[in-house]
Amino acid sequence: MWRKLHLFPGLVAAPLLIVLAITGVILSVSPALERWGAVVPADGEISVAQFAESVVQQYPGAEQIKRTPSGAVIVYYTRDGNPGADLVNPETGESMGPYEPSVFFRWVKDLHRSFLLGDGGRMLAGVLAALMVLMCISGAVMLARRAGGWLSLLSGFKGSGDSRVHSELARFAMIGLLLSALTGTYMSALRFGLLPEPANSEPSFPMEVAGGEPAPVGSLQALKNTDFNNLQELVFPFPGDPRDVYSLSTRQGAGFIDQSTGQFLEYKRTSTNNQIVDWIMRLHTAEGLWWLGLLLGLAALTVPVLSITGVRVWWSRRVSGRVRDNIDAADADAVILVGSENNATRGFAKDLHEQLSRSGRYVHSADMNELAEDYPKASLLFVLTSTYGHGDAPASANEFMEKLQQFQRTEELTFAVLGFGDRQFPRLFCQFAKDVDEALASHGLERLEDATFIDRKSADQFSQWGHRIAEVAGLDLRLSHNPKPPSLFELELVDRADFGLKLEAPTSILRFRPAAGKAGFPRMFGKKGGQLPDFEAGDLVGILPPGDDRPRYYSLASSREDGLLEICVRRLPGGLCSGFLHDLQAGDHIQGFIQANPEFRPAPGSQPVILIGAGAGIGPLAGFIRENDDRHPMYLYWGGRDPDSDFLYKPELGNYLQDQRLTGLSTAFSRTTEGAYVQDKIREDAPNVRQLIEMGAQVLVCGGSSMAADVREAINTILKPLKMDVEKLRQDGRYLEDVY
Amino acid sequence: MKKVFILLALAVAVAFSTAASAREVTFTAQLADYRGDGAYLAIYLTDSKGAYQGTLWIAGQDSEYYKHLRGWARGSGMDRAEYDGLTGASITSGRTLKMTLNLDDSLIDSGHQVRVDTAVEDMRDNRADVVTPLTTEGAGKAVSGRGYVKSFSYHF
Repeated sequence: MWRKLHLFPGLVAAPLLIVLAITGVILSVSPALERWGAVVPADGEISVAQFAESVVQQYPGAEQIKRTPSGAVIVYYTRDGNPGADLVNPETGESMGPYEPSVFFRWVKDLHRSFLLGDGGRMLAGVLAALMVLMCISGAVMLARRAGGWLSLLSGFKGSGDSRVHSELARFAMIGLLLSALTGTYMSALRFGLLPEPANSEPSFPMEVAGGEPAPVGSLQALKNTDFNNLQELVFPFPGDPRDVYSLSTRQGAGFIDQSTGQFLEYKRTSTNNQIVDWIMRLHTAEGLWWLGLLLGLAALTVPVLSITGVRVWWSRRVSGRVRDNIDAADADAVILVGSENNATRGFAKDLHEQLSRSGRYVHSADMNELAEDYPKASLLFVLTSTYGHGDAPASANEFMEKLQQFQRTEELTFAVLGFGDRQFPRLFCQFAKDVDEALASHGLERLEDATFIDRKSADQFSQWGHRIAEVAGLDLRLSHNPKPPSLFELELVDRADFGLKLEAPTSILRFRPAAGKAGFPRMFGKKGGQLPDFEAGDLVGILPPGDDRPRYYSLASSREDGLLEICVRRLPGGLCSGFLHDLQAGDHIQGFIQANPEFRPAPGSQPVILIGAGAGIGPLAGFIRENDDRHPMYLYWGGRDPDSDFLYKPELGNYLQDQRLTGLSTAFSRTTEGAYVQDKIREDAPNVRQLIEMGAQVLVCGGSSMAADVREAINTILKPLKMDVEKLRQDGRYLEDVY
Repeated sequence: MKKVFILLALAVAVAFSTAASAREVTFTAQLADYRGDGAYLAIYLTDSKGAYQGTLWIAGQDSEYYKHLRGWARGSGMDRAEYDGLTGASITSGRTLKMTLNLDDSLIDSGHQVRVDTAVEDMRDNRADVVTPLTTEGAGKAVSGRGYVKSFSYHF
């Protein structure tokens, strides 16, 4: 809902909003320029009478004095029958040069408020301001949700590319933009009568005047009593008209003054309502508030960038497999639920969705977590899911089992589960898919087809499954999804640091840079040849060893901003890819691609983070610490073999401790007399760890799977007194694993 | 356009009529190129001393700006009844306003003056931008204004 409220106005109005923003930016400097050229006396220093007296001496034909909110003073006069206007120094009444309102600013102002189209254009500008309010609010709600609460908005975002730029800019500009948009909407609504205008508080013209000899302007009591800094406008009586009066308006009110007595004939204070309206307008124009003008201008300056990045985010999301023509859950006769950790499964689901739609079905696709209470019209339920970690639910399915308890089955609903996994890890291959299959059956639903498991995204197995489903369900299905081959880029090894050689467990930190001129098509506003793609520490790089088209994944220890791609690789006995990497020399080239892994990141916000790893698993953890510019509390527990041989990142960690990116470091080495493992250090530190987790700490674990199991056990023991466990933390997104 | 004129003629005739004879008068105001937004104009009649007698035409629709037509505002008290039905669009810089209405014969050659007050947003207000007597002799003779009006004339 919020996304739509944000997206539609954005797509429709972006070009015009850019015009409003750029003209707004130009206008925003005007109050500062005016203020810069103005002389402002101290409060109480000069009275209006004093000033008018000195003006009359310099300009015998003075007709009107205006003081702008910025403090510039303009005198309109007639000399020898010719009208003129001068900027005047308020302290001397002397000319500071002729007053020539800028033609350029006037044109920009017209463009800003009416697109040079008169009333129709003004209305359009008003509608755009209202759309901008909508976008600010919907955008803020989405940002807050993404950050995990309104307060977390203060601490910034992870992520990369357009989406990151969009969020970060919006975070800073939001309040300024909302202020400009709200006040603009208000002014427009007022002008077109959609809001009641406050009652007129101007005084009426006096019917009678004293009619005596006009007194010198400097002697008029009412003007003597008015401080010059409160003046807005003073209009002199028409020369030779004894029945005319002085008209004075100030910040506080307006009135008419008798030429001879110097007393107010009429005076009216500005009503509170009018003052409020006045303030709202000033908050928009920043007249007399030059600093506000510059801030609002700065905020408006982000709009073109927000528009472009916004449209680009939308476009890339649209291209990357969003399901089209998604029928409502209540109306669909076929339902597809997706459990996915990093979107790999979605491509298959999209193909299934399209094929089912083509064969005449009304199809609803959703994440498994979005399981409805029932699907009243559906006869087919497909669940496509991967498995995460050790037989656990992937991100988009971690609430599925719970929600299934509330699910109301219908008689005709039949289901089929399709699991995705990798048979290289046979122990828990597609475990979550198996669990879901059983859970659905025991919930009383009928199987359309036995659970089927796809190994390593095999297009062939997927299409075979489609044939069987087509047969049993009497459908015409031709499934042919072949996961898009990732876009490869070429890397050149810059340097390497080797550890653990004497332990016969060689582990190396490898740093790559992009090989020049090999980045495919340069994109419209982004990358040029020879640049790294977007990635952050914790993402994965897939590397294709020569003679094998199956990629191996390594966790990244650096971000694109670092300018280098860094991984930490242990050479496995007989390992094809790790061996290949370990044999690389500086200057050698390899091919790779990025697989985003956005779930494995420290959460934004200032909660403490506990990083746990062993061996080469330190890579992404070191990356997280390096990026901890905000100095949030971070604790690292790491296990190696021998401090003399395989203490990875030793100098870096020392530096991080010193500059407080890293709060605490605890190491365990197994081939020393102590013979400790990382989980032992965690147990030793139990009170600390417990306290941190009680405070809301998040735990990130990276390393081999047996280490990860030992760590879970240790943490569970520690958490017992709190009546918590790893599973509960995991559900809250506070226990993340990157395990191999 | 014509309809408006008839309406005007009626309104003005009602405002000033005592005798039956009336004359069609065309007023032409050509604006200077003053490089600003559309100008507000008040064209009105005064007696020979400059005291307000009646409104002929107000160019500019937004009554919140009428106070800047200072001489007229003071004379008419900006009373809506004074200008109801006698308003039109503001006049763009360099353009010409031409309007025709029926004036009672008794107003001509009787010491009355035509005055024009002008005002432009963010620029100066001109009271009595134009002052010219309403006489048979003066008909067809252009006078220049001292503000935004470049030349002003009336024809019978």
